Amino acid sequence: MTLAKKRALSAWIFIAVPLIYFILVRFYPTLDAFSIAFTDWNIVGEKRYIGFDNFITLWNDPVFWGVLSNTFEYLLLGVPISLLLSFIIAYFLDQVRFGHGFLRACYFIPFLTTAVAMAWVWRWFYQPVPVGMINLALGELGILQLDFLRSTTQALPAVLAPAIWAGLGFQIVIFMAGLRAIPTTYYEAAKIDGASAWRVLWDITLPQLRPTIIFLTVISSIGFLRIFDQVYNMTQEGEGGPLNATRPIVLHIYKAAFEDFEMGMAAAQTVVLFVLLLIITIIQLRVLRK
Amino acid sequence: MLRSVVAITISVLLACATQAVEIDYWQYSYKSRLDAMDKLIEVFETDNPDIKVRHTNFPYAQYRTKVAAAVSAGEGPDVVQLYYGWLADYRDAGILQPLSKELFPANDIEADYFPLVGLMKQDGDYYALPTAVRSLGLFWNKKLFAEAGLDPERPPKTLDALVEMAKKLVKKDKAGNIIQVGLTVGPINQDHNWWREVLVRQFGGTPYNAGTSKVTYFDEAGLQAFEYYSRLVTHHKVGVVDFMDKGEIAFKAGRAAMHIDGSFVLSTFDRARNLDYGITELPEHNGIKANFSSYWVNGITSKARGQKRAAAEKFLKFITSEDAQQFWLDEVGELPARRAVAAREKNVNHPKYGPFIKGLDYAYTTDFKSESAQRKTVVDMLDRVVLTGMSVADSLKIAAEQDQKIIDEARTK
Repeated sequence: MTLAKKRALSAWIFIAVPLIYFILVRFYPTLDAFSIAFTDWNIVGEKRYIGFDNFITLWNDPVFWGVLSNTFEYLLLGVPISLLLSFIIAYFLDQVRFGHGFLRACYFIPFLTTAVAMAWVWRWFYQPVPVGMINLALGELGILQLDFLRSTTQALPAVLAPAIWAGLGFQIVIFMAGLRAIPTTYYEAAKIDGASAWRVLWDITLPQLRPTIIFLTVISSIGFLRIFDQVYNMTQEGEGGPLNATRPIVLHIYKAAFEDFEMGMAAAQTVVLFVLLLIITIIQLRVLRK
Repeated sequence: MLRSVVAITISVLLACATQAVEIDYWQYSYKSRLDAMDKLIEVFETDNPDIKVRHTNFPYAQYRTKVAAAVSAGEGPDVVQLYYGWLADYRDAGILQPLSKELFPANDIEADYFPLVGLMKQDGDYYALPTAVRSLGLFWNKKLFAEAGLDPERPPKTLDALVEMAKKLVKKDKAGNIIQVGLTVGPINQDHNWWREVLVRQFGGTPYNAGTSKVTYFDEAGLQAFEYYSRLVTHHKVGVVDFMDKGEIAFKAGRAAMHIDGSFVLSTFDRARNLDYGITELPEHNGIKANFSSYWVNGITSKARGQKRAAAEKFLKFITSEDAQQFWLDEVGELPARRAVAAREKNVNHPKYGPFIKGLDYAYTTDFKSESAQRKTVVDMLDRVVLTGMSVADSLKIAAEQDQKIIDEARTK
C-alpha cells in the first residue's frame, strides 16, 4: 500500500465514526419519516399502511392551512426584518472603534441565551397590567394597554420579536466578517473618485456581500420556518394560541406526535415541511446567485 | 472472627440482593408528592423486605411523552402514575395491563371508592386506582373582601351572588385597565371543567350523553351556561382571560378576589405570605350543586411480568390502602378516594379540605377522549367571543362540533 493510500485509509477510518453516527441518527430516521407518513401509527401499536390518507386529511384541514400561513408569516416578516436590522447594526458597528468589543458582545449575548428562558422573560414583558413592563409604562402614560399575546393579530409579531432578537447576534457577526473581507482597495478607489457614501454602499459593499447575504437568507429562512421554542413557551400551555394565531408547523407536528400520538400524521406534516424547505432554499439559491 | 462476620454479612447481603425484586415507580415531579411517596415506599419496603421500589420522577411537561416512549421500548416503570384522562389512550396503546381480579375485586372497588373511579373500568376490567382525588372549590381572599366592604367571612353561595360580589371587587388603574379581578377567568386551567361539568348542569343541561358518544351541551342550557361564563368578561368585566398569565398566580399575589381551582393548589397558597383566604363549595344555581373531580391513578404497565407483576400489585395495593390515603391527605393535601377515609370526622369538617370533600358527593368526572384537545375547544370558544366578537351561540356551536369530532375520531380508532 502506498503512503497516499494509507493516508486515505486512515482518514476514512476517522470519518467513518461520525458517518455511521449520522447515518443511524440522522439519515435513517429522516428516510423512515417518509415511510411513516403513509401509515397510521400511534407509536406503540402496529403501523397500518393507509396510502395518501394523511396528506388528504391535511389538505382538507383548515387548521393546517392556518398553521402554514402562520409559518410563512414568520418567514416573510422574520427574514427581511432580521437581515435589515443585522446589516444596519453590523455596518455601523464596523465603523465604531470605541467600545467595539463590548457592543459586539451585547448584541451577541441574546444568541447565547437559552431560548426558553428568554421566551418566558418576554412572555412576562407582554403581560397586561399590573405585571407586564411594556403595558405598565403605557398605563403610566394613561394609554390603554395593548393586548400583545392575547390578540389574534398582535400575538404573532409579539412572539416573533424575541426570535429575531435572539438570532441578531449571529447575523451581525457574519455580516461583520463579510464586511471585513471586502478589499479596502475598492473603497480607496471610490474615495479617490469622490463617490458618495450611498454609492459606495450600493455599488461596492452590497454586491461584495452577496455570498454573505445568500448564506444568511438561507440559514435564517430555515430558522424561521422551524420556529418553535418561542411559540411553545410564550403561549398558554404551548398551544400556539389565541385561536391558533401563533401556531407554526413545527409546533403542530410536535402536538400531533407527542400529545395525540399520531405519528403518521406528524410524519406527513414533516414531509410537507421538508418539501417546503427544499423548494424555498432552491429558489433562494437560484435568485440570489444569478 | 471479624473476617467471618464480614463474610456472613456479605453473603446475606448478596442473598438479599439476588432475592429482592426491584420494581420501578414513576410519577411526575411535585415536591410534596415525591416526599410523601418516598415515605410510603420506606414503610412498604420495611414490610416487604424482598421488594425494592425505585422511585423516579420527571417534570410534568415531559412526563407523558417519556412514559409512552419508555414503555413502548420495553423500558420504564412497572407501576406508573397517570392522569385518569389518559387511561383510554394508555390502554389502547397497550401500555397498561388490567389489575388482577383476585387482589382488586371489582365489587370491593365499587363499594369502597367514590363512583367517579368507575371510569377506570374498561370492558369489565379495572386498569388503575387512585391514591387521591381532587375536586374544585371557590377560593376567596378575605382581605380584599374586607377592603371592598364585603363580609370577609361570607363568600357567595350562588352564581348570581358570585357576579354581584365580583363586580364590587374589581379595581382599575387610571387608564381603565383592570389591575385586580373580582373572579379569575382561565378556561385553560380549571375553568373548562367548571364550565363543562358544573355550569352546564346548573343551567339544566348535561355536557355529554351517557357513554360520552354525543356532545349534548349545544342546547338552551348550554347556551345559558356559556352566556353566564362569557359575560363575566364581556359584560360584567369582573375578570380578564388569563389575568397575570394564570389565575393561580393572580390569586396568590392578592390580585384576584375569587378563584376557582382544585384542591391541589392549597399547598401553593399556603406557602404565600400575607394571603388570608378561605375555601368554600362551588356556588350553586337553581338549587343545583355540581362539581368536577379529577385524579391521578396508579396502573401497572405491560412491562411488569411474573415476579415483578406480583410485586407491583402488592405495591399498588399498599399505596391505595386506607392508611396510605389518610397519610396522603395529611402530607400532600389530596383528597382520599375511599369513602370511608373521606367520611372521617376530622377530614370532612377540615376548614380547608372539608369543602372539597363535600364536593366529591356531587362531583362528575369527564370521560375525556383527549383532554388537551377538548380543553382547547373551550379555550377557543371563549376566545372567539372575547377576541373576535363572535356571538355566544355561534361560538358554542363551533365548540360543540369540534368536541364531537374529537369524540368521533377517538371512537373510530
